[in-house]
Amino acid sequence: MHRFANPARFLRLANVALPWLAALAVLSLAAGLYLALFDSPPDYQQGDTVRIMYIHVPSAWMGMFCYTAMAAFSAMALIWKHPLADLLARATAPIGAAFTLICLVTGSLWGKPMWGTWWAWDARLTSMLILFFLYLGYMALANAFDDPGRGARASAILALVGFVNVPVIKWSVDWWNTLHQPASVIKMGGPAIDKSMLIPLLLMALGFQAYYFVVLILRARAEIAAAKIGTIRMAQVHAAGQGD
Amino acid sequence: MDAIRSFLAMGGYGAYIWPCYLLATVVMVGLLVVSVRTARRREGELDRLQQLRRDRPGRRRRTAIAEGSNP
Amino acid sequence: MTRKQRRLYFVVLGLLALGAAVGLVLNALGDDMVYFYTPSQLQAKHVPPGRRVRIGGLVEQGSVMKAGSTVTFRITDNTAVLPTTYTGILPDLFREGQGVVAEGKIGTDGVLHASEILAKHDEKYMPKEVADALKKSGQWQGGKK
Repeated sequence: MHRFANPARFLRLANVALPWLAALAVLSLAAGLYLALFDSPPDYQQGDTVRIMYIHVPSAWMGMFCYTAMAAFSAMALIWKHPLADLLARATAPIGAAFTLICLVTGSLWGKPMWGTWWAWDARLTSMLILFFLYLGYMALANAFDDPGRGARASAILALVGFVNVPVIKWSVDWWNTLHQPASVIKMGGPAIDKSMLIPLLLMALGFQAYYFVVLILRARAEIAAAKIGTIRMAQVHAAGQGD
Repeated sequence: MDAIRSFLAMGGYGAYIWPCYLLATVVMVGLLVVSVRTARRREGELDRLQQLRRDRPGRRRRTAIAEGSNP
Repeated sequence: MTRKQRRLYFVVLGLLALGAAVGLVLNALGDDMVYFYTPSQLQAKHVPPGRRVRIGGLVEQGSVMKAGSTVTFRITDNTAVLPTTYTGILPDLFREGQGVVAEGKIGTDGVLHASEILAKHDEKYMPKEVADALKKSGQWQGGKK
């Protein structure tokens, strides 16, 4: 664990992995999109709107995955004070927010023709909207303080507190009557989804996951560089101050 | 031509399906481009700063003052 | 105990306490968290006529009757049944045997006068041929198209 906490070692590993992850993302998204748009059947009930699911469901998974990762990184940052953990949490937030936004909008575009409404305040939709606001709050808080250390602490606590929302999202459809349908893929007794639709769904999910790691590495590199620039500038200001 | 038109129509749901794919593409490509650019810019700046310190160790103080006054 | 361990216990205890608190709140909210009541829940509640309610269940097979843009049908949860009437455009997924959520007021006649009808989708995804094959072999009775 601690071996990977060293930013230099992280950068070396990340740069080796980056081209492979990028290739994996491109290939699985290309195959997933081809199947999703051209080579998968319309649903027996929903017709072609089932194709919205190939975007909606993986982005919902990623929205929850990113928040879980962000909370885990935040816990590591709070407990073990790894500078890298805080940085990875901060790099994850905008990616999670982007996926959650895609999930909300595509869900709305599916809901209008199928349910008959763009939005319903049921437990699943509401908890997903709360997830989006948690991301926004986290990003605002992480950048609100002049002292980056204080911003990191406050936002890490917010990330951990907000994590209670993730199980609520997952099981909201089982705990309460909701307009949203229950889980199709990750459920007891195996997926309730035909193979011809499950395969494009899983390919898209794999592509989204690889995309997350690609963007995470890029954003982490930017954060590491920014931290180093800050240190150099501080040293310069310090040196200048001593010179006076 | 008809094949293309019927593909775009998506069984009458094209107006709902295509915006989904468009939005996902715009958001994901946009985030990727911004992330690549930010990483390049910051790493370039860091290289420049490190170069500066390495090239002119003797004049380090003066550069430091010049840089420090104009961050 | 090192400071790291202390921080670890603090975070774990904090999360447990928070989780318990949220669980209690959600449990207390109970009924307010549901999006709709089923017809049998409605019966048990004795809702006065004229109050707005949201009722969800299945559209009973063979109960749908259309007259112009007005449609009457019965919502069932296989225990209780609620007759419903609605005027307007129905969502595409509205079908006999499929889930539905209707919002409106219960009249003195015991009929739900719905002002909004939402179709509910289930968790099954399959192509038409697979659905037909499953029905033919009698493994599954799904909603009719």
